[in-house]
Amino acid sequence: MFGLNRERLRQMMRKEFRQTFRDPRSARILFVAPVIQLLLFGYAVNTDVRNTRTFVVDRDGTAESRQLTDAITASGYFQIVGRGERPAQLVDAMDHGTVVMGVEIPLGFAADLAAGRQASVQVLVDGSTANTANVALGYATQIITRFGLQHAREVLARAGPLPAVAGVDFRARAWYNPNLESRVYNVPAVMGTIVMMMSLLLTSLAVVREREIGTLEQLMVSPLKPAELILGKTLPVVLIALAQLVLVTGVALLWFGIPFRGSFALLAVAGLCYILSGLGIGLLISTISATQQEAFMSMFFFFLPAIMLSGFMFPVQNMPKVLQYLTLLDPIRHFLEVVRGVFLRGAGWGILYKQILILFAMGVSVLWFATTRFRKTTA
Amino acid sequence: MTTEGQADGRMGGWADGDPRPAISLRALTRKFKDLTAVDGISFDVQPGELFGLVGPDGAGKTTTLRMLSGVLRPTSGDALVGGTSVVRDPEGVKHRIAYMSQRFGLYTDLTVRENIDFYADLYRVPAAERPARLERLYHFSALGPFENRLAGKLSGGMKQKLSLCCALIHRPEILLLDEPTFGVDPISRRDLWLILHEMVAEGVTVLVTMAYMDEAERCDHVGLINRGRIIALDRPAALQKNLGGHMLAVRPSNGRQALDLLRAAPGVRRAALFGDTIHVTIESRERDWPGLEAGLRNAGVDLLDVHEIEPGLEDVFIQQVAAADAAEAAV
Repeated sequence: MFGLNRERLRQMMRKEFRQTFRDPRSARILFVAPVIQLLLFGYAVNTDVRNTRTFVVDRDGTAESRQLTDAITASGYFQIVGRGERPAQLVDAMDHGTVVMGVEIPLGFAADLAAGRQASVQVLVDGSTANTANVALGYATQIITRFGLQHAREVLARAGPLPAVAGVDFRARAWYNPNLESRVYNVPAVMGTIVMMMSLLLTSLAVVREREIGTLEQLMVSPLKPAELILGKTLPVVLIALAQLVLVTGVALLWFGIPFRGSFALLAVAGLCYILSGLGIGLLISTISATQQEAFMSMFFFFLPAIMLSGFMFPVQNMPKVLQYLTLLDPIRHFLEVVRGVFLRGAGWGILYKQILILFAMGVSVLWFATTRFRKTTA
Repeated sequence: MTTEGQADGRMGGWADGDPRPAISLRALTRKFKDLTAVDGISFDVQPGELFGLVGPDGAGKTTTLRMLSGVLRPTSGDALVGGTSVVRDPEGVKHRIAYMSQRFGLYTDLTVRENIDFYADLYRVPAAERPARLERLYHFSALGPFENRLAGKLSGGMKQKLSLCCALIHRPEILLLDEPTFGVDPISRRDLWLILHEMVAEGVTVLVTMAYMDEAERCDHVGLINRGRIIALDRPAALQKNLGGHMLAVRPSNGRQALDLLRAAPGVRRAALFGDTIHVTIESRERDWPGLEAGLRNAGVDLLDVHEIEPGLEDVFIQQVAAADAAEAAV
């Protein structure tokens, strides 16, 4: 079954290339689409919380309450879009969804601070945008706590020299992505999903299209071997997908300025294995589908869950244990670990060899399976 | 050219004058779940013969050809194609034959030349032989001027001719064609038959299926297939002769009524309506016809024209199919 005739394979590939590049429009799409997608998604997939729309109800109206409001704005995380004196106004703004966060400073805030009593501030967040709410709440808590501490110190200082108090100096620093920019984290992942999508698109229709137009039957009566057919369809796509990977990597580095700390060779090898797994799955879908429509639906049935389970948007560690095991079957998950590792952490072979081996094993076994599924004689 | 073709035709390896058939079906059977598409058919096709397999849609023609070309495994029975068993060595069969399916797949986004080249590549046609073969195929098919046109932009008849060129580029010793003239205009149809006759003259064995008898006269032998069974097999002329009895073409004033009366009358073997004319088959004109004629007139049917005709293959076909169905119903 695997006795390959190199000349026949070469001709099969030449035919595939011809067909792919015959229409200049579709050829252009192959290389323009990934770039546009990366640009779009690179900007769209942004989980940074900035300029959160905030409503402030300052019932105290003192210098202190204004200081607190200023501290909140100065952070850059919040943008005050409305002010009022009555809590009802805040409730109204929240109900209409015009603000995500509300801060209410009660009457007597400054007096409590001055007297050294417990002062209180109410913060409301719109929990229907859970992610943003969570992050915004964290920032707000930090700012208000710091404000409180500062005031406490001032009050104490006025009372006399401070006694020596041993405190804990807390300094957090985010490695690999010091400013915690989500783009740095997400753009490499977007690259991974784009390459997977293109590999699937290019292959999932490859065999079934020939089945529909009737050429597959002609190939079946010819001496062409299943492996020649599958490889003839695969290798051109490998080259195209690799070119796409180079292209999107270029855009990530040059346009988005994503740091690249690892080895390009590692990225290329991992990318190759990843592409193999993607087009193996595409070809398998194509081989077992009766119509192009069926193949297309099957492809999406695979692609969407694969994205969801990849850790692209939702961290794998947060998933239920069962799903975490399931993600091991997802090539996107492994490749995302590679791209994030190689781009941001500069991870080397010693760290990423497991992912690469898994991707390679997936690619080869799925391709092999697709080859055996393609039979030249119908039982 | 002819001698070279002969040599190619024998490439399968048997010596000159060997009487072994080019294709030999032996109780070939294919079932799809409950349906028996091909029901134990056996016949031989001699080398260099043009054999027509004729039957209505769904008779099992395509299934038979697909088994012969090694892409569909028989449920039981076997067939030797060029001496190779389709059961034991389906891949071995594929080198010797060309199979042109009803919907022969052309790559519509490749040109005429690229399509032919691709099939030449698949079958590893030596580069040195290609120009001569290509020229010859272009000569047959008149496709030369359209060499650089995309296959998708060809007319139906030209597509069919291109399919045939693709099938012939590797000089198969056996050619299996599934309704090659289906939906093809009369001119292209004539061209296709010219090409087939040319191939036969070169020693290629051709098995062609068709749904209509009108082209069966062109074949050396015709097998009638109905419901997966061969119901008649002979030379076209012999099939016509064997029909027996006399056939009258009767043009009555009221076709429907006359048909019903004739079918009910004793002595009428068959009556079938062709347009406004009824073909009536009877044992003897002298003995049977006067009574029938009187019966029709008494029922108020005027006869505008009556004359004796030679049964056409279409008549043979319909009669054989009807007889086979009747026999089956009787069982």
